[in-house]
Amino acid sequence: MTLPFLIIAALTLAASVAAMTLRNLVHCALSLVVAFAGLAAAFLQLDAQFVGFAQILVYVGAVAILIVFAVLLTRGGQAPEPTLFSAGWKWGALVAVLVFGTLAWATKNSFIIDRKPAATAEATVKQIGDALMTKYVLPLEVIGLLLTAALIGAVIIAMKEEKK
Amino acid sequence: MAWIVKYLWLIPALPILAAGLSALAPQRSRKFAASLAIGSMIGAFLLSLCAFAHAVNHGGHDGAKEVFNFAWLQFAAGNAGILKLGWVLDPLTAVMLVMVTFVGTLIFIYSVGYMAHDENFTRFFTFLSLFAGAMLGVVIANSLLLLFISWELVGLTSYLLIGFWYHKPSAAAAAKKAFITTRVGDVFFFLGMMWLYHETGTLLFYTNDPIHPGCLEGASLAAMVAKTTSLGMAVSTGIGLLIFAGAVGKSGQVPLHVWLPDAMEGPTPVSALIHAATMVAAGVFLVARVYPLVELGGWVNKAGEVIAFTSTTQQVVTWIGAITAVFAASIAVAQNDIKRILAYSTVSQLGYMMMGLGTGGVAVGMFHLITHAFFKALLFMGAGSVIHGCHDEQDIRNMGGIKKYMPVTFATYAVGMLALSGFPLVFSGFWSKDAILHSAHGWSVSHIPFYLGVAGAFLTAFYMTRQVALVFFGSRRTGFQPDSNSKEPAQAAHGEVRQAGSPSYEPHESPLVMTAPLMILAACAIGLSVIGTPAWPWFQSFLGQHHGEGGFTSEVISLMVTSSLIVFAGIGVGWWLYGRKPIQKADEPDVLGKLPLGMHTWFAKKYGVDELYELTVIRFNAWSAKACAFLDQWLWGGVVTLVSYFTLACSWFSRAFDEFVINLGFDQSCDGVSRGGNLLSRLQDGRVQIYLRILGLGLVALVLFLIWGGTK
Amino acid sequence: MTPLAGYLILSAMLFCIGLAGALTRRNAIIVLIGIELMLNAANLNFIAFWRFSEHPEALTGIMFVIFSIGVAAAEAAVGLALIIAIYRHYKTANVDEVNSLKG
Repeated sequence: MTLPFLIIAALTLAASVAAMTLRNLVHCALSLVVAFAGLAAAFLQLDAQFVGFAQILVYVGAVAILIVFAVLLTRGGQAPEPTLFSAGWKWGALVAVLVFGTLAWATKNSFIIDRKPAATAEATVKQIGDALMTKYVLPLEVIGLLLTAALIGAVIIAMKEEKK
Repeated sequence: MAWIVKYLWLIPALPILAAGLSALAPQRSRKFAASLAIGSMIGAFLLSLCAFAHAVNHGGHDGAKEVFNFAWLQFAAGNAGILKLGWVLDPLTAVMLVMVTFVGTLIFIYSVGYMAHDENFTRFFTFLSLFAGAMLGVVIANSLLLLFISWELVGLTSYLLIGFWYHKPSAAAAAKKAFITTRVGDVFFFLGMMWLYHETGTLLFYTNDPIHPGCLEGASLAAMVAKTTSLGMAVSTGIGLLIFAGAVGKSGQVPLHVWLPDAMEGPTPVSALIHAATMVAAGVFLVARVYPLVELGGWVNKAGEVIAFTSTTQQVVTWIGAITAVFAASIAVAQNDIKRILAYSTVSQLGYMMMGLGTGGVAVGMFHLITHAFFKALLFMGAGSVIHGCHDEQDIRNMGGIKKYMPVTFATYAVGMLALSGFPLVFSGFWSKDAILHSAHGWSVSHIPFYLGVAGAFLTAFYMTRQVALVFFGSRRTGFQPDSNSKEPAQAAHGEVRQAGSPSYEPHESPLVMTAPLMILAACAIGLSVIGTPAWPWFQSFLGQHHGEGGFTSEVISLMVTSSLIVFAGIGVGWWLYGRKPIQKADEPDVLGKLPLGMHTWFAKKYGVDELYELTVIRFNAWSAKACAFLDQWLWGGVVTLVSYFTLACSWFSRAFDEFVINLGFDQSCDGVSRGGNLLSRLQDGRVQIYLRILGLGLVALVLFLIWGGTK
Repeated sequence: MTPLAGYLILSAMLFCIGLAGALTRRNAIIVLIGIELMLNAANLNFIAFWRFSEHPEALTGIMFVIFSIGVAAAEAAVGLALIIAIYRHYKTANVDEVNSLKG
């Protein structure tokens, strides 16, 4: 447990808690940005530089902005909600606690915890590029298709219906 | 095989084809129907002449029968399972063919004139042609089955023609009576046919094949005469009697004679063709055809030879014939309708023919059949001419002095009357009747038929003289209404209401189309005597009379003298009573009314045979019909009703089951599904968070499962 | 270097915070944010495992995460489009009120 890790972890956790509990939706979105940034730092710590920067590019730069847009599009002039939580929220909290308990306990009892890392892990952009183009070319193409479909689908779903 | 034998079937086929074509033609195409019918009969006549020439050239009776047989139905495997039909050309066939087609052609021509005013002219010729075809079929048949089929067809057309004016209830009743009475005979005929088939395995008469003989050839006959039935009579006798029963019905012998006088309801050409010359002769022809069977089993003398004409069947035939001859002749004496007299005369002469067959063989009976056909047809057509000329008057008490109005008719009628009476030497009737009396005189069983025949000859001459005197001689009488027990009103040949007794009309001679056939037939009545005299017995030898000596023996001459005397006596008595002092008024009582014991009334009422049948057979029939109707309505009808109720109950039960069990069960299960669905639908209300919660729980459970149990 | 357990516990906690938010908040967008958090936690798990694996040169974890990020982005886009469409119809982004499937 090195110190940088702990700081990053604390920041990320606090931001995520805030994201889940703040009343104002835009504040939630912005907290989410902080959480994403913290995760990017964690990726960098784990020598996955490309992924870390990709995280910032995509999540912070696109997804969070998108969420902000959605918030703005679906609120406009509306008063903040009287209650934060939905019906039966205690059950949800219980489920979440159970899940955490299960995961933590599984982690603790697993045999993989004591694994030592490799000395260096290289994941250069060139290597990633090479792998994408040779071994993972099919998923690459498929994800291209997927993104196209998602783009078209999102546009169509969110498009204002024309009243003739 | 000669072509005529192979194509013998054309002879009946031509008239049947004509009948078929006229049946399709509309009623107004009269010329077409008449010319078709007459043309087909002329064609058949020409073919019959070819057949006759062929039969004459081929040795007559002693030659093998020329047959043409073919397989008709195969109902079982092997040779025994084939039903064969065929036709035969032998002397018997040949003479009958010529007679039927010749007389038929003349009567067809006569009908053109007689039926000219009838609106159903075409239908008449259709039926006439059909009859001619069927009769010719009877003549050429080589199989008893084919003969029976044609026999039935002849009976059908007789029914259709007797009831030709079917609006008249008396005509319809007469047709029904004719058909049913002949049917009684036909039942026995059919039984005989089945028995014959059972005994011999074939219904073909002749096959010229010793391995599979026909039923009238050697081996079959021997088998039948050898076997005896449980009643003690030979099988051949039994079959012969059954087949003769069919002839009794068709030829009007006692006791099935009752239909023939009533059949006079039909038009006169019908009476001439069917009930004088041809159809009633079919019974005689049938006996002649199966004669080899009939003559089996006669008495055997000390030398072991069979005496001729003594088999049981021959005896029965002779007795019935003789009784019929006298019975009918006595009734004819007291009748007042011109056609009825001739009808009873026909019955009587048929009795003579049967007597001739029984005592003298095929040739004797057939000779009288042939000559009788000609002069009886002549007499009927002459009577028709008289009726036509007197504007539908039929009661002879209303006629009189017709001689000066209708000379040609009178002359030809006189020829026919003399031929029928048997006036000596010139007329064919004398020679044929004499042949019968000769063979009856020589009959070894008994002489009574001979005396009956002589009595019948006397009566024949007597009543014919009476008829001619009352119709043609004397002065004109009119105005007598027929009394209530005479059966038939006048035939509406002209379609008009008869003006009874109005003196304003005068009888007129009939047109040439009607008198020409009369003249031709008169010539034949005289001419036919040539072929059968003892001086040149061509006919007898042609038909195979082996018995009897030829030539003018003393016996023959004494018989000729005797019968001549009888005829003269009959004519003389008739003239004395009716011709000398002809009755002046129509309603004078008959001279014979003075006979003792009410004999005249017995004769006039036909011995009450009809009434007897009415009381017994017909009443029984009506009762059994009622019983059957009752049975049908209550028993079978009841069964059907029960079945229908049962079906109704089943259907009701099925419906109840369907409604209360199936539907209910189905409805309940549907309710269950619906309620279950309702319950389950609460799980899916669109609230995503609940789904997620459950997912989370599921994840926990899965992980725990994997850790604790799961995949090791 | 921090041991693997630390990263795993961190990712578990992040996951469960995201899950808790997704299961309890009323607004649909918060639910989506929670789901993004969960995805990110999973990504962290992958990278951690990749780093601590025996053959990091196979780049398996990296690849997985790259594709996961791509998919998550697509999914976020579509999900938000859906929320916008639903908001237009129901005039609310409240998950409790989108329940017309209830029979």
